[in-house]
Amino acid sequence: MTDSSGPQRGLGKPLVVLDDVNKHFGDLHVLKDINLTVHEGEVVVVIGPSGSGKSTLCRTINRLENFESGSITIDGTKLPEEGKALAQLRADVGMVFQSFNLFSHKTILENVTLGPVKARGKKPAEAKKRAMELLERVGVAHQAEKYPAQLSGGQQQRVAIARSLAMEPRVMLFDEPTSALDPEMINEVLDVMTSLAHSGMTMIVVTHEMGFARKAADRVVFMSDGAIVEENTPEEFFTNPQSARAKDFLGKILTH
Amino acid sequence: MLELIEQFNVLGAFWLNIRLAAVSFVLALVLGTVVAVLRLAPVGVLNWFGSTYVTLLRNTPLTLIIVFANLGLWAQLGLEFVPRDRPNFILENNFWLAVLGLTVYHAAFICEAIRSGVNTVPVGQAEASRSIGLTFPQSLREVILPQAFRGAITPIGNVLIALIKNTTVAVAIGNREIAYAMRNMIEFRPDAGLLIFLLVAIGFVALTLPVGLLTSWLSTRLAVKR
Repeated sequence: MTDSSGPQRGLGKPLVVLDDVNKHFGDLHVLKDINLTVHEGEVVVVIGPSGSGKSTLCRTINRLENFESGSITIDGTKLPEEGKALAQLRADVGMVFQSFNLFSHKTILENVTLGPVKARGKKPAEAKKRAMELLERVGVAHQAEKYPAQLSGGQQQRVAIARSLAMEPRVMLFDEPTSALDPEMINEVLDVMTSLAHSGMTMIVVTHEMGFARKAADRVVFMSDGAIVEENTPEEFFTNPQSARAKDFLGKILTH
Repeated sequence: MLELIEQFNVLGAFWLNIRLAAVSFVLALVLGTVVAVLRLAPVGVLNWFGSTYVTLLRNTPLTLIIVFANLGLWAQLGLEFVPRDRPNFILENNFWLAVLGLTVYHAAFICEAIRSGVNTVPVGQAEASRSIGLTFPQSLREVILPQAFRGAITPIGNVLIALIKNTTVAVAIGNREIAYAMRNMIEFRPDAGLLIFLLVAIGFVALTLPVGLLTSWLSTRLAVKR
């Protein structure tokens, strides 16, 4: 049931591999024997009821959360415990948060150049040029000198995506990127994510946006109570869910 | 009143308080930041050093610290900040011993003020800085501390106000600042008792009031908009 069989559309080699990952919050077993392989260029959407552990799974992949047993490797490298090696590895793993988390005291442009300059050692002029290209790509270049609080939620989230892209990540994690947005701003963020998916970026996306899952995902992973219950292509999963829990979940969200 | 001011060099005495406060404040800011970083670091032994420092220094009377600087560090251990052959060696050395005492004492309070500032920074800011590959020192320097300082302006201002008034303790080791001048005035002009107290009190209000106004202004101006 938790077997992650090969790529669906001629995808690359395994990039993110979770092997029997377990995690507890006190008595609560939030991740139960998680096995998941994400291949280069693959877009995996993780869905499930709230409290199912999908956000925790996402945060565990770049070790914002610790885990107790099992292993996570990224391109064959095991996640280091802490320190410089972990920082280096995190630089390769982009993360987009539900609450954007742009650096409040820095301008939009500084938000995007900070990582490349400090963690990658890029020259400021070069980082700035690249940042402007990325801001252009997500459609907020004209706001470059403003501060995050002056932007709408949708704009902030697009900047957050640009900030991650500036690191030239191997894989990008999205932790409910549209859940804190006003409805009219959700699409502008999803559009950026969809074009990113089509450009070949490896993505792990925790979301409630079923439309995005249908349109952009190679594979849907359904989690419930800390375990991966079912995984399949979006088409198969949405039209023909196998487990009772997935049927129940889809029944609740797709009826209206 | 003018005659008192001239006769007992009240302005010169206050100037010494200002110098003590200014130098000690700058040094305490630096030391307090270092101690705060120790307390925030993800390393147990550094946390222990940081919290032991704060507990020890914050709970020791300032008079004790300053007298110890003089009798312990200088008289017993021979700590000297200026060459011995300077004509005002004792006065100058006592100035720096007082600065030392004031600095180490107030650094403990600055540290706690900065920590309260760190608590105003949402945890997501640290997570975002880690997720773009910044190391712990980098994320402190680039993201956490700049925001924490802005959130700590008011409590740091409170420490500065306390520090300015606490400079009067320096008289205990022979600094000729305002408490020293006041003692002389009371001794030689007992007829002017109330006026003397009023004079010194007004002087301190004149020094500390602008600090309070400045810090409230700064804390709104520099507030991090979220």
